[in-house]
Amino acid sequence: MASQDPTAVERFINGILPENPVYRQLLGMCPTLAVTGAVKPAMTMAAATAFVLISANVMISLIRGLLKPHLRILVFTLTIATFVTIADRFLAAYMYQMSKQLGPYVPLIIVNCVIISRCEICSSKQRVGVAIADGVGMSLGFALALGSIATVREILGSGTWFGLPVMPESWPKWGIMVLPPGAFLTLGLLLGAAEWIGRKRAEKAKQNR
Amino acid sequence: METLVILVQIAIGAALINNFVLHYFVGICPFLGVSRRVDTAFGMGCAVTFVVTIAALLNWTFTYFILRPSAPLPAWVWEMAGGDPQTEIDLSVLSYIMYIFVIASSVQFVEMYVRKFFPHLYKSFGVYLPLITTNCAILFACLEIMKHLDDPTGLWGVHEALTLAVGGGVGFTIAISLMAGIREELDLCDVPEPLKGPGIALIVAGIMAMAFMGFAGVDQGIQNAIRLLLQ
Repeated sequence: MASQDPTAVERFINGILPENPVYRQLLGMCPTLAVTGAVKPAMTMAAATAFVLISANVMISLIRGLLKPHLRILVFTLTIATFVTIADRFLAAYMYQMSKQLGPYVPLIIVNCVIISRCEICSSKQRVGVAIADGVGMSLGFALALGSIATVREILGSGTWFGLPVMPESWPKWGIMVLPPGAFLTLGLLLGAAEWIGRKRAEKAKQNR
Repeated sequence: METLVILVQIAIGAALINNFVLHYFVGICPFLGVSRRVDTAFGMGCAVTFVVTIAALLNWTFTYFILRPSAPLPAWVWEMAGGDPQTEIDLSVLSYIMYIFVIASSVQFVEMYVRKFFPHLYKSFGVYLPLITTNCAILFACLEIMKHLDDPTGLWGVHEALTLAVGGGVGFTIAISLMAGIREELDLCDVPEPLKGPGIALIVAGIMAMAFMGFAGVDQGIQNAIRLLLQ
């Protein structure tokens, strides 16, 4: 990292593409693979994660002066666990079907490495404003990644997008895409594609120079 | 005898059919990160199995005596404090915080204990032990054991909890060791440049997941075999 910490705007933009939590940092793989069988649960998951990430970032940033180095990870996890409990109760109260469908993956947000890494890298060191910008940027990046994977899987696997039919009636639904193997294959190929695009752009930048 | 059948079903289910990594996608981070060599992968698998067993045992105990609806300990405290004994006390909303706290502290204790009494083992586990706190497989196993929390009759006994934990750990070890074996061979292959690293690892995992789907139904056959043997 540079000697000066990144500003709020840099943090926000970094979160979306240059440091995308899934494609660039390979963090938070567990929900990325598990809930992306269709777009709707993926977006619910992204929203729940965003709530927890932003709240935990704000909270950690507010108490950053009190953190003891050897206890900080424990404090991070307990803060995150509190907000995850709130999100989980909220989902169970207002979106019962969705909460059943997401099952154990809502509580598993606690161990989502994206959130802990943001607490460690950004909010335990910087002001609340920067922490909020960082949380929003990272959440958008995470939602983007989840959305792209879920889009591929839902369109190929069930011929719909957000529950709306987009493929012709005769589309042979690729059952494998909504099953676990499809998640691994889709993410593997999308990672390859992201890497390939990144390389092309780097080459172009080199030629232009 | 029925208990034995149920236990076998839980163990096979956790280890093979609904493999933690390849079916539930928990523990992907070490699965991709620590699967470059077979021996380290096996060490990681053993460490996870060890911790998941201890964490599941502790969490089961805490849930049974403190967290579940109408658990004995809070009811006793409530009565001692002069509350109405008819009130039903339900602390299950605290379960996530409790679980993650228990997992984090048991990892700390296991690390200290192993370092003091089994320095050899400690050396071979290396950095993996502290990393396990953020391994979703541990929390997932605990959640899976406690998912019948709302229904007191359906809460698992300690034998079922332990079986699921050990079975899940063994399943994780199998998956990560197989993956490491494949990746060792993969180093000699000509992989397209952009797919190198995590990309090809995920695709290999996808093919492994397809292979593991073939285990569906195995538990039924094994159950029937046990029934026949015991008759």
